[in-house]
Amino acid sequence: MTDRKVKFGVVVFPGSNCDHDAYYVCKKVLNQNAVFLWHKDAGLKDVDVVILPGGFSYGDYLRCGAIARCSPIMQEVIRFANEGGTVLGICNGFQVLVEAGLLPGVLLRNASLKFVCKFVHLRVENRTTRFTHLYKDNEVLAIPIAHGDGNYFTDQETLAELEENNRIVFRYCDASGGDGGDANPNGSLANIAGIVNAEGNVLGMMPHPERASDPVLGYTDGRRLFAGIIESAWSRFAGSIPISASGGRR
Amino acid sequence: MKFLSRVTITLRKSILDPQGKAVHHAVESLGMKQVRDVRMGKYVEVRFEAPSESEARSATEEMCRKLLANPVMEDFRFEIEKMES
Repeated sequence: MTDRKVKFGVVVFPGSNCDHDAYYVCKKVLNQNAVFLWHKDAGLKDVDVVILPGGFSYGDYLRCGAIARCSPIMQEVIRFANEGGTVLGICNGFQVLVEAGLLPGVLLRNASLKFVCKFVHLRVENRTTRFTHLYKDNEVLAIPIAHGDGNYFTDQETLAELEENNRIVFRYCDASGGDGGDANPNGSLANIAGIVNAEGNVLGMMPHPERASDPVLGYTDGRRLFAGIIESAWSRFAGSIPISASGGRR
Repeated sequence: MKFLSRVTITLRKSILDPQGKAVHHAVESLGMKQVRDVRMGKYVEVRFEAPSESEARSATEEMCRKLLANPVMEDFRFEIEKMES
């Protein structure tokens, strides 16, 4: 543990609209440092953690996230991620991460063809990551979603690899943690709501933890995700071994 | 030399196309029951210069692979036309 504040960098693309929410949670709710990183910037301002926020980067033209991943800042984010830096992509940020090749698969149009904006339940499938270690095994979280393209898809081979290596971090579920019924809001393959890369330093998720972090909004299940990132960063500052995605299942 | 590439991007066969399905239903409701399937896609025109047709072809291929289509979910095909300069 250290007194040093963790410095979050929130990337702002034209069309990002959850950037201020993420900034607010890092800075005001969790009392850390936070800066915005403009899409044309060519440096990461020495941040410890990068957040790719929700929104509609570049109007979702071509495909969600496809234009954003060509931006100058993303070349830096890709380099940062490949060096082991912590990267959290939320909603449109998740879409940018798959387009950038930092996470496998793709986010298709919701099976219903509708934009879905509501609270959903998520089951914590892997609490050994640097993001999720403050949650309990199989804990059920209430976190909102707001997207039109959140239907995760990948080929069977990649799915098997994700399952085998415990890279599916969150799955949609019902209030009691079960599958089936209308627990899956978008048709996502294997009820996937969030995955990490093989090294465990890049998390992409469709639900919005930043919208469920400030107690004044009534829901706080997202807060421990940010608190977990902060504690992991502190342990890296202190020189201990970073928490990786590997480790026992559940 | 100036070229025009006409790129067609479609969802891969293994990918469910709910938009195409919705259009299919709409077409059926117009009374055209003979329609078997509808798939939606994108069409992109790219005008550019290249030293030869084969280089224009490989440049288009590269644009498609790197940006215009996402191979996880989409297939692409294109035609190249040499433009009058």
